[in-house]
Amino acid sequence: MTTYIIRRIIFVIPVLIGVSILSFFFVRLIPGNPVTVMLGERARPADIAQYKAQMGLDQPIYIQYIRYMEQMLKGNLGNSIVTRVPIAKDISYRLPATIEAIFFALVIGITIGIAMGIIAALKRNTLIDTGATLVALTGVSMPVFWLALILIYFFAVNLKWLPPGSRLDANLDIKQITGFYTIDSLLMGRLDLFGNALWHMILPSFVLSTTVMPSVMRLTRASMLEVLQKDYIRTARAKGLAMRKVILKHTLRNALLPVITVIGLQISGLLGGAILTENAFSWTGMGSWFFGAVTGRDYPVIQASILLNAIIFVIMTMLVDISYAFIDPRIRYK
Amino acid sequence: MSATPENATLPSTPSSESLQMNMSRSLWEDAWRRLIRGRNGQIGMVIVALVMLIAVVTPIVDPYDPTTDSDLTHSRLPPSAQHLFGTDRLGRDVFRRVMHGAQYSLAVALASIIAGSVISTAIGMVAGYFGGAVDSLILRLMELMQAFPSIPLAIAIVAVIGPGLVGTVLAVTIVGIPGGMRVARALTLSLKNLDYVEAGRSLGAGNLHILMRHILPNLISFVVVGATLGVGGVILTAAALGFLGLGAQPPAPEWGVMIADAVPFLRQSPNLALFPGLAIMITVLGFNLLGDGLRDALDPSLSGTA
Repeated sequence: MTTYIIRRIIFVIPVLIGVSILSFFFVRLIPGNPVTVMLGERARPADIAQYKAQMGLDQPIYIQYIRYMEQMLKGNLGNSIVTRVPIAKDISYRLPATIEAIFFALVIGITIGIAMGIIAALKRNTLIDTGATLVALTGVSMPVFWLALILIYFFAVNLKWLPPGSRLDANLDIKQITGFYTIDSLLMGRLDLFGNALWHMILPSFVLSTTVMPSVMRLTRASMLEVLQKDYIRTARAKGLAMRKVILKHTLRNALLPVITVIGLQISGLLGGAILTENAFSWTGMGSWFFGAVTGRDYPVIQASILLNAIIFVIMTMLVDISYAFIDPRIRYK
Repeated sequence: MSATPENATLPSTPSSESLQMNMSRSLWEDAWRRLIRGRNGQIGMVIVALVMLIAVVTPIVDPYDPTTDSDLTHSRLPPSAQHLFGTDRLGRDVFRRVMHGAQYSLAVALASIIAGSVISTAIGMVAGYFGGAVDSLILRLMELMQAFPSIPLAIAIVAVIGPGLVGTVLAVTIVGIPGGMRVARALTLSLKNLDYVEAGRSLGAGNLHILMRHILPNLISFVVVGATLGVGGVILTAAALGFLGLGAQPPAPEWGVMIADAVPFLRQSPNLALFPGLAIMITVLGFNLLGDGLRDALDPSLSGTA
């Protein structure tokens, strides 16, 4: 197992280096002088001189790349052109917001998806099965940003059950400890804040969960059907084991293996969905930050966002692979 | 989910059918027969045909210039017999704009799916067929591209090229290349050692001849299925870019743009966001169903597996 994990981590390093090269060249692809691109039209001459010296813009390109990496590893990602705030500072509170939303979205999407998949498989070819399949099909066909608007209209505007956006009521204040509001509120010992944060989490994370739910449901259903036909299930039934037990102990465990892979494949969709969802819910996460940067031509922020998106994606994929190997020993020995 | 109840309960249907197969029928005729028999394929085909019809016919019967189409005296009317979907902020008829929106989504989808399929199949075939350094170079490059989640990558590409329809097509095409390339490569790897390829080679056929005459024809059904299944995702991404203001630009009646226009009026006029979104959903659903049906029809062995 340890060797597998080490191998998997080593495999990530060249990808990360490649990603950093791409994000470095990204700025060079934008028409115009990189200094103007990175510092904006109205940069002060002193800033320009400092930036040129820091990044070594008069040096050959590979030296420039090394300088860029050097700064990045020191945690210096530059400043936003628009707000002049250091990018690293923005990330420190925006990254937890996005990860928190993705986490809850995964919990919701996987729970509902698996439950729907099991029920559909057990009630195969009935109305319930057709209905669940139809929901899943519509789910993948729906634009996330549109679903967000429709649900905001229904649950926030019309019924007033849920807040239309943001991470916390405007009159509430939270101490930034970890940046995860559900954790910070508990660390502060404030259950009211925790409840409020959760309450604000429901709509965005549900909308985001629809990017994973349909494929989890479809795959759970298919792999349940496959496992249910296996001889050992028939044996378990034949020896008089209750159906409930057969499903929980024998079927589900084996059926869930492929589901983990599909979760790995959906991470890209989750990160993309986060941009659209955060935008609709004025969620102060990485997604809305990235979007704001693209519309405001804030290239240092765009560069950092692309890099960070790729890093999160690569690391999450790696974690899924490793957890898969944990559950299925066959993977480790390949 | 792809399985219709008929072939789900009778997994042997395709094979028993192939036994009685009329030998004069081609692969495509057989597939067509299976496609129109499956329920998914039927519904998908009807929806796709309808959307295509709307996209082609609307501009002919109803010439439309979005820049001059506004009537502020009829701003944001609710749906009525006169304005089926209501009117928007500028008094434009939403139904008319939704109908005209079909051509944008289909044009973007068609352009990028065709370009993407050609490029990814070509690259995949070259990588799989020649192997060695070429293969590993291409694979590493694709791995790198796949290290970026697709919507952020598409947005970044648009940030470089500039917003608009051309940027959208390019971004969506580039994002889709690695996936298609992997399929083409894997299939080429399994095809290139088959006897008839070997035979062709020993008779002195060149690489290009083998690739075009022996490998490509065997890939094409998978490419078609992959392309059809990909259309839905392309339409969704293009609409997302439009919604974010990075794709088609207002006042174009593109569905994503229309939804973005509707956001400030969500409270009072939810119909402005509702209908273009439904149009996207139905179109994407149609292509997904058709893709599922096609996959089952072209490769009966897969039916009922996913």
